[in-house]
Amino acid sequence: MSLNFKHCVTVAIILLLLWSVVVTNAKTIDVCKLCDHTTIRSGVEFASSGDTITIHQGVYKENELIINKPLTLIGKKESILDGEKKGNILLIDANYVNIMGLTFINVGSSYTEDFAAIKLRKTKYCRIENNFLDNVFFGIVLEKSRQALIKGNQIKSNAKDEFNSGNGIHLWYCQNITIDSNALYNLRDGIYLEFVDSSTITRNISKNNLRYGLHFMFSNYDVYSNNLFQNNGAGVAVMFSKHIQMFQNTFTKNWGVASYGLLLKEINDAEISHNVFEENTIGINVEGTNRINYFANDFKSNGWAVKIHGGCYLNNFKQNNFLYNTFDISYNGKMNDNTFDNNYWSNYTGYDLNKDQIGDVPFRPVKLFSYVVNKTPETIILLRSLFIDLINVSEKVSPIFTPDNLIDNQPLMNIYRDKN
Amino acid sequence: MLKILKYSFYDLVRSRWSLIYFAFYITLGFVLLFLNNDISKSVITLMNIIIVLTPLIATLLGIMYYYNSREFIELLLAHPMKRSAIFIGQYLGLSISLSISLILGLGIPFLIYGVLISTVIFDFLTLILVGTFLNFIFVALAYNIALSNENKIKGFGYAILLWLFLAVIYDGLLLTLLVVFDDYPLEKTALMGSVLNPIDLSRILILLKLDISALMGYTGAIFKNFFGNSMGMLMAFAILLVWVVLPVGRIVQIAKRKDF
Amino acid sequence: MIKIENIHKKFGKVEVLKGVDLHIGTPGIHAILGPNGSGKTTLIKSILGLVIPDKGSIKINGNNISHQWKYRKNIDYLPQIAQFPNNLKVSELLNLIKDLRNQNTRDQDLIKLFELTPFLNKKLGHLSGGTRQKVNIVLAFMCDSPLMILDEPTTGLDPLSTIHLKELLKTATKNGKTILITSHIMSFVEENADEIVFLMDGKIYFKGSTATLKKNTGMNNLEAAIAELLKENHA
Repeated sequence: MSLNFKHCVTVAIILLLLWSVVVTNAKTIDVCKLCDHTTIRSGVEFASSGDTITIHQGVYKENELIINKPLTLIGKKESILDGEKKGNILLIDANYVNIMGLTFINVGSSYTEDFAAIKLRKTKYCRIENNFLDNVFFGIVLEKSRQALIKGNQIKSNAKDEFNSGNGIHLWYCQNITIDSNALYNLRDGIYLEFVDSSTITRNISKNNLRYGLHFMFSNYDVYSNNLFQNNGAGVAVMFSKHIQMFQNTFTKNWGVASYGLLLKEINDAEISHNVFEENTIGINVEGTNRINYFANDFKSNGWAVKIHGGCYLNNFKQNNFLYNTFDISYNGKMNDNTFDNNYWSNYTGYDLNKDQIGDVPFRPVKLFSYVVNKTPETIILLRSLFIDLINVSEKVSPIFTPDNLIDNQPLMNIYRDKN
Repeated sequence: MLKILKYSFYDLVRSRWSLIYFAFYITLGFVLLFLNNDISKSVITLMNIIIVLTPLIATLLGIMYYYNSREFIELLLAHPMKRSAIFIGQYLGLSISLSISLILGLGIPFLIYGVLISTVIFDFLTLILVGTFLNFIFVALAYNIALSNENKIKGFGYAILLWLFLAVIYDGLLLTLLVVFDDYPLEKTALMGSVLNPIDLSRILILLKLDISALMGYTGAIFKNFFGNSMGMLMAFAILLVWVVLPVGRIVQIAKRKDF
Repeated sequence: MIKIENIHKKFGKVEVLKGVDLHIGTPGIHAILGPNGSGKTTLIKSILGLVIPDKGSIKINGNNISHQWKYRKNIDYLPQIAQFPNNLKVSELLNLIKDLRNQNTRDQDLIKLFELTPFLNKKLGHLSGGTRQKVNIVLAFMCDSPLMILDEPTTGLDPLSTIHLKELLKTATKNGKTILITSHIMSFVEENADEIVFLMDGKIYFKGSTATLKKNTGMNNLEAAIAELLKENHA
């Protein structure tokens, strides 16, 4: 018993000692023009693990600055890191590094290397918060990192061509990353994920990017929600990925040739729900997808709400609202076992005699004219003309070109709204 | 001319036809809004009706009005009046009264249902403006036909044919042309073809409002230039104006030479 | 006053006027007669500018009327068919014409004379043929122009109104007006006309007083004289 007590005291004393060592050693280092450290580099070199470096107002010309110990860099007002267009600015090779409230400008560009304002390599538990990045090539790059939080950053550039511009937030072989409340403008891809699993992308705004607002490649078990994708080359591209959940995002004004709100290519087992697709040339472009549930999405005023190309199985569209799209569905290939039941279609002209809120006549969402336009795009100019209406009606009466069973057997009479 | 305009306008706004026309639009407006309970959806349905029906009614009423007032025109012609003043006065009187039926007939129900505070107010205004243009264009075309054909039956026949051609057959021919020759770059042909038909042109003006997302998906640079900026809109309206001015000019020319 | 020289008019293949020369210099009532299709109405309409001749000239008071319109200030015209816009009221029509002519008018007297007062607020479409013709006459006479052209003025008139019309014509002649009339009612012509212009096959066949016509044909009434003229022509 007494031995045990002795033990306990010893452990307690050791712990206390350790704690005092940590506390006394964790110091704050100031960097400014008149401080002991006038460059961040000298601050970083002087610091030891767990220290905080406060960077005061001023422009600091830094590049290829490597952080290889756990540090916290905090920017005061207008503390600017200028990369002078020479390569990377910050390279983080340690765990537990926090970068907060700094401004990064002028990252170098290259055709062969992904120069970034902040690059994390094989790190864990890093936090990149509330930074402002302008005129970057790549913004924040994570390579083989885990458990990082990237939050509240604003990243801008002036991308003109796809081949010499970079991505805002670029992840490669990462896991458990949270990307929250960032704003991304005028880049190549707003956010790019390649081999990224179990990550969350939420509340971001991705606008005016050349290629995609958000881009998944070979990434699985990710969730993105509550993001806004506007006026990008295409809103979001999800390719060669599995088990992605997409909900409550807004995809809007993605206009142009081959421009879409959402591009799905070779993906399986996804949930797409409560999203809004508004005024896109194509709302969702679907190619080779299996077991996808589309639920409670709003498709409003798109050119094509959903364009489905071949090779799709078990895609279920249920309780979505198709509102004033030029074409609701464009469909290529076999019907397979995809279903379109129980949606609301503003183009539906049927009736509901038994008042069960479900139309008594089935709805055919594919129009013959959409085939004509696919074959001869110029004919789009005849859209909504009486002649086209006539041939659409004749196709409706006796379908020749459209799949016979592409039907909503139970079209809703009113716009669908669930409890969310 | 203003005097003639004034009197034919008075005559027309009290005529059975104007009332029926007005009643038609106001019923249509209310029924559409009541059934859909959704202004956006009603605007789309309305577009189909305006594009097709307004020209038809304007043509038929134009022909009818001319033939009915044939003797009255003679009476007027014996008075110290310029010929063109009589015809232009009548033409304007008819076009304006039809347009007022349209504007009030659709305006009242949509105003009551709150079009002013809805997002489709500009779509609706475009629709009304296009409808008004179509009235002016097709009354002028009808007057051309009527002035060239003393025989009423023939006149009506030609008028209906003209409508049928511009509203349906023309698009059918254009579609066939585009599909058959689809290996050739035909975007210019498509655009020109549509611009040359006032019904198609009006339709495109409304497409620019309703379906811009789909139109922007087309590859051609000419389409993009036309649809992509306000130039397309302005140009379309300019061409509609030409569609009014040319037939009216011809009315004046025929009127100068015609025997009564 | 009116000088017509060599006017020709074709409607399609039908040649209606084949070189008409006509000079009307004196005031009074000049009746233009002729069988159906002889070109009476076309001739009248040419003077009014409603029909544009293919060839020839028409001068009124020395001015060529081709493509002119102001000269019609001095002409009153009574068309054959009284068709008006159906939805205008009588008073509105009168106002319209007054408005167009911008001249002093004596419509009030005429309305009283033809007892049109109760109809003033009625729409023209609701009037009977006879009443409409009365309105037509009021319109034609109210402006008091020096030259009058009346196309079948007696059509549809009741006897009392016909008497009023004759009186109006008498006063007009007395006031030195030139009046051109076409009519099928020979008794009316015989009673009122100072001069007969007989038109046949697009040409003027006879021009002169009723007395001369009767003398020439050896008939003692106008109707028979005209019939004789037609017979001669076909013989």
